[in-house]
Amino acid sequence: MNPRTVIFEEEQRRLQEVCTRLTRDSLARAIFLIDKNGQILVAVGETANIDTTSLASLVAGTTAATSSLAKLVGEEEFPVHFHEGKRDNLHISLVGEDHILTVIFDERSSLGLVRLRVKKATEKLVEIFVALAERQGLGEEADLFSEITDEDIENLFSDTF
Amino acid sequence: MSFINYSSREIILKIVYYGPGLCGKTTNIKFIHTATNPDARGKLISLETKAERTLFFDFLPLSLPAIRGFKTRLHLYTVPGQLFYSASRKLIMKGADGVIFVADSQDARFEANLIAMDDLKENLSAYGYDIEKIPFVVQYNKRDLPNVTDVEKLREALNPWGVPDFEAIATEPDGPGVFDTLKAVVKMIIQQLRAGAR
Ligand SMILES: Nc1nc2c(ncn2[C@@H]2O[C@H](COP(=O)(O)OP(=O)(O)O)[C@@H](O)[C@H]2O)c(=O)[nH]1
Ligand SMILES: [Mg+2]
Repeated sequence: MNPRTVIFEEEQRRLQEVCTRLTRDSLARAIFLIDKNGQILVAVGETANIDTTSLASLVAGTTAATSSLAKLVGEEEFPVHFHEGKRDNLHISLVGEDHILTVIFDERSSLGLVRLRVKKATEKLVEIFVALAERQGLGEEADLFSEITDEDIENLFSDTF
Repeated sequence: MSFINYSSREIILKIVYYGPGLCGKTTNIKFIHTATNPDARGKLISLETKAERTLFFDFLPLSLPAIRGFKTRLHLYTVPGQLFYSASRKLIMKGADGVIFVADSQDARFEANLIAMDDLKENLSAYGYDIEKIPFVVQYNKRDLPNVTDVEKLREALNPWGVPDFEAIATEPDGPGVFDTLKAVVKMIIQQLRAGAR
């Protein structure tokens, strides 16, 4: 089976810190760190009016499509793609193999500044993901599932459907 | 590949609806969206063309009650049938925790079901999954229509493994079989996580 992704509090805090600093340094409105499966890890800045779950799944979708486009034209990858709007812009870039950084910015910032700051932050994010990967598979998460009872599973659906 | 966040205390399970074009994958997800308690459902994203063909994917996030203090979230995806981009297929299959195969019960779609099933097997192995191991259920949809194949025959062709399977009518107001199908795969996923932990 596929490995599972586990995020622990320490790495979560470190990822959050890097993204918070990046928001400040790049004068961004908001920053999202997402995995390629469409799951959100960090959302910082003006995120209140954004449906972050939808955003994560769509960014992962457009990144997968962009990656196929790259291969189609003979590039290995387009590590950065950019969407320019009337007010807000979206800067999307790869972080290592499995993650995607999305920066939303307006006229208070610029593409040049965002690009520069993203590059620096990406190195730090990659380091954290490497540390996280080493920590995974140590079995720290095993307990959570071993305690689940059949009743727990049954109760999952009680109020939902 | 389940996603477990110890910091936000949540578990996210990704479930993929697979099947031939027009078998009712989008209809399944739309039914779930309308019939789920509004507190539990997120926004349905349906990337459809004007002709209601799913272009990229449909996506529906759901929140289930907490299990052992962890919020359980389901991310439901459908794969597009016609314009079957390898990019979106890859995104969708990658990281799937469970798969629901939706068959179109109509006689005229018998072949199309077989082709889609072969395709699914090929895709699963391409992404490193084993169809005998990944939580997997089958749904025979459109049971309301006049020219449908017997369930026995569909089962023989599409479910040689004997995984849980369900008859469904996704267009009916009470969507018989739709929730049963989803519940079954969620149970299998959690049971498998538990078995892996023990
Ligand atoms: N009669 C009937 N029609 C269905 C049923 N489920 C889906 N459909 C119809 O089949 C067509 C294709 O459904 P859709 O969900 O878009 O298929 P998808 O390509 O798998 O996403 C639509 O016109 C649906 O209304 C069903 O259970 N019974
Ligand atoms: Mg569809």
